[in-house]
Amino acid sequence: MKNMNIMIVGVGGQGTLLASRIIGAAAINLGVDVKLSEVHGMSQRGGSVVTYVRYGEKVASPIIGEGEADLILAFEKLEAYRYLPYLKQGGKYIINTQETDPMPVITGAAEYPSDILEKMEKMGVSITACDALALAKEAGNIKATNVVLIGVMAKHTNISKEEWEKAVEQTVPAKLLEVNRKAFQLGYDAAE
Amino acid sequence: MAKKLMLGNEAVARGAYEAGVRVASSYPGTPSTEITEFIAKYDEIYAEWAPNEKVAVETAIGAATAGGRALSAMKHVGLNVAADPLFTVSYIGANAGLVIVVADDPGMHSSQNEQDSRHYAIGAKVPMLEPADSSECKEFTKQAFALSEQFDTPVILRLTTRVAHSQSLVELCEREDVPLREYQKNIAKNVMVPANAKPKHVMVEERTKKLAAFAETTDLNQVWIKDKKIGIIAAGISYQYACEACPNASILKLGMVNPLPEQLIRDFASKVEKVYVAEQLDPVIETFCRSIGVKVIGKEAFTMIGEYSAALLKEKILGEKAPKLLCAEEDVPVRPPVMCPGCSHRGVFYVLSKLGLTVAGDIGCYSLGCAKPLASIDTIVCMGGSITGAHGMEKARGREFARKTVAVLGDSTFVHSGITGLIDVVYNKGTTTTIILDNSITGMTGHQQNPSTGFTIRNEPTRQVDLEQLCHAVGVDRVVIADPFDVDKFEKIVKEEIAAEEPSVIIAQRPCALIKKAGYSGLYVINDKCKNCKMCMKLGCPAISLKKKGPQIDETLCVGCGLCPNVCKFGAIERVK
Ligand SMILES: Cc1ncc(C[n+]2csc(CCOP(=O)(O)OP(=O)(O)O)c2C)c(N)n1
Repeated sequence: MKNMNIMIVGVGGQGTLLASRIIGAAAINLGVDVKLSEVHGMSQRGGSVVTYVRYGEKVASPIIGEGEADLILAFEKLEAYRYLPYLKQGGKYIINTQETDPMPVITGAAEYPSDILEKMEKMGVSITACDALALAKEAGNIKATNVVLIGVMAKHTNISKEEWEKAVEQTVPAKLLEVNRKAFQLGYDAAE
Repeated sequence: MAKKLMLGNEAVARGAYEAGVRVASSYPGTPSTEITEFIAKYDEIYAEWAPNEKVAVETAIGAATAGGRALSAMKHVGLNVAADPLFTVSYIGANAGLVIVVADDPGMHSSQNEQDSRHYAIGAKVPMLEPADSSECKEFTKQAFALSEQFDTPVILRLTTRVAHSQSLVELCEREDVPLREYQKNIAKNVMVPANAKPKHVMVEERTKKLAAFAETTDLNQVWIKDKKIGIIAAGISYQYACEACPNASILKLGMVNPLPEQLIRDFASKVEKVYVAEQLDPVIETFCRSIGVKVIGKEAFTMIGEYSAALLKEKILGEKAPKLLCAEEDVPVRPPVMCPGCSHRGVFYVLSKLGLTVAGDIGCYSLGCAKPLASIDTIVCMGGSITGAHGMEKARGREFARKTVAVLGDSTFVHSGITGLIDVVYNKGTTTTIILDNSITGMTGHQQNPSTGFTIRNEPTRQVDLEQLCHAVGVDRVVIADPFDVDKFEKIVKEEIAAEEPSVIIAQRPCALIKKAGYSGLYVINDKCKNCKMCMKLGCPAISLKKKGPQIDETLCVGCGLCPNVCKFGAIERVK
């Protein structure tokens, strides 16, 4: 198996860490080598955050470099745009269409770029976009946005749906399992 | 046993558990915090948060002297605070194993500087091990304890952010049964007065020679000879980058980074045409190689600044540059960290910014008060540096200056090293006004208890340090407790306290929005009474942004803290849930 490089990008506090841990659990269940790199501390306070998951025969560096990501799971549109240089040729994006203004936009020092998805598509980037927030609300908890996105992603990997469901079960807190099961399914169904 | 995916920090904790550690005393600091949090989950180990790193290391020294294996973990700057006991416990050595874990932060993901802790191992003459993944985090922790006892020395385990905060597979073992070592009064060994320290220094130098001999043969250091054209000497995460970038290169991986193995390095260098030293931050290994006459390529190719990457090594060693693929068409606005929605500190900085005061700042979530739009902090140096900084300003510029200056620091920081500064102010007749931002938790590092919260690391209730009484006890007569969200009243109090010609303390009390105690719920919206005056925008709340119609509250971000209605003059912000 060749190494799979997945990046999860978003805004600190959006639950990207849990998403990367679900992917890590799925990879362990496959019995392959796995490395995850997380962000703790300062940038969790609403800053731009990125976590890396790599799995395959043998993984050395826990970090994914520019031009190396097979898949980028973006929890926010601007963050998707920011990490564009990391996408591998032929790599895929899964993007939550939610917009969260960063402080320079809030203070008026910068503008939130318009038509991000269109611009990326024009560059030939393969994108699956989804309003994960709305689906999470439908599942019963806006915090389940991360698991909705895992559901969307599940359709785009060579790991089976059952394996993903198992990984979700292993990772999310027991009392939130039902909401997250629903969130996963809604995401899975929303993916083309 | 099964393999488990573990954070490097969790694996250090596991290593401590398996090594039979009895006592762990630490102070939180990214990227080291989770080590002690995970240790606290093992019932077999006594774990505590100390008020600061010096206290933590001294407690670990006491435990090891008394015969129980002990550990203390901290971030790189924490070792500055604990440097005093470190340099002398090097002379004393260890009865039971003593390991200090220090986590460096190349790239400054969460730190105020990028110092390289290896200098401490050299300076204090103690061995230092550096793991490269979680499995090694566990193994090296265990070996560190064994080494500590074998060589009668404290051992430093050095991590960097990417090792501490990466997860990889770890094989679990049982806890070793390590009985308490006998404790005997031993004045010559444990009492460092000049008469005892002099012979001890001789021993330290002899120990270093023995450790250097050990470094030549230990399997902590490993050599792989492959392509003889390129040899790379690397340690820690740089080793992973080297493997990733140059899978065919010959590699000398150093697991023991102090002392360094002279002969091993010479032998390795003699087998390859070119030797690169891949080490982040300072040229420690490189300088050593040059000192023994081994020619290496180091910082002239790489950098002393920030993190390395596989791509950097590939470019500098193999001359292969990654092709630029895609890039955004325009400048993507940066997204710096900000105070959370509902942050208790926001009210304070709103007032300080409005009053245009000089603010001597400190380290914690409130450091973000330096960012726009609040942008009210003037200085940040190190933990505890706020009160002393303001005191120095007053002594240089006179009392008039103190009438428009405040020091701000958090509850954990105040107990860590702010209190000594306050004593300085009182003792030396200063008139500084200090604002303690008491949010009932150590926020920045991910919500640890501290002596002022009333709970231990295991969330057991304990005697709480009463900040108000503490300030009175050191001689501050003016101590006021205030709610920073009642902005009008808070402003009035700040004006009164800075005007006072004596030391004063305002304890701004309101829990961190992310802890249960805050109990926020609900949501605010902006209704059509809004006159678009943008007063609420001055709060710098990430949940409020300016849309075409005017300010709007993002329902996914608002926590219902209720600060923004207090600054709206038109009653346009109302609670809807
Ligand atoms: C010497 C040292 N130790 C640890 C740290 C890591 N650190 C940064 S801020 C902080 C504590 C902040 O807590 P508090 O003062 O209560 O403020 P809060 O973040 O809750 O606002 C710590 C431990 C540091 N920067 N320096």
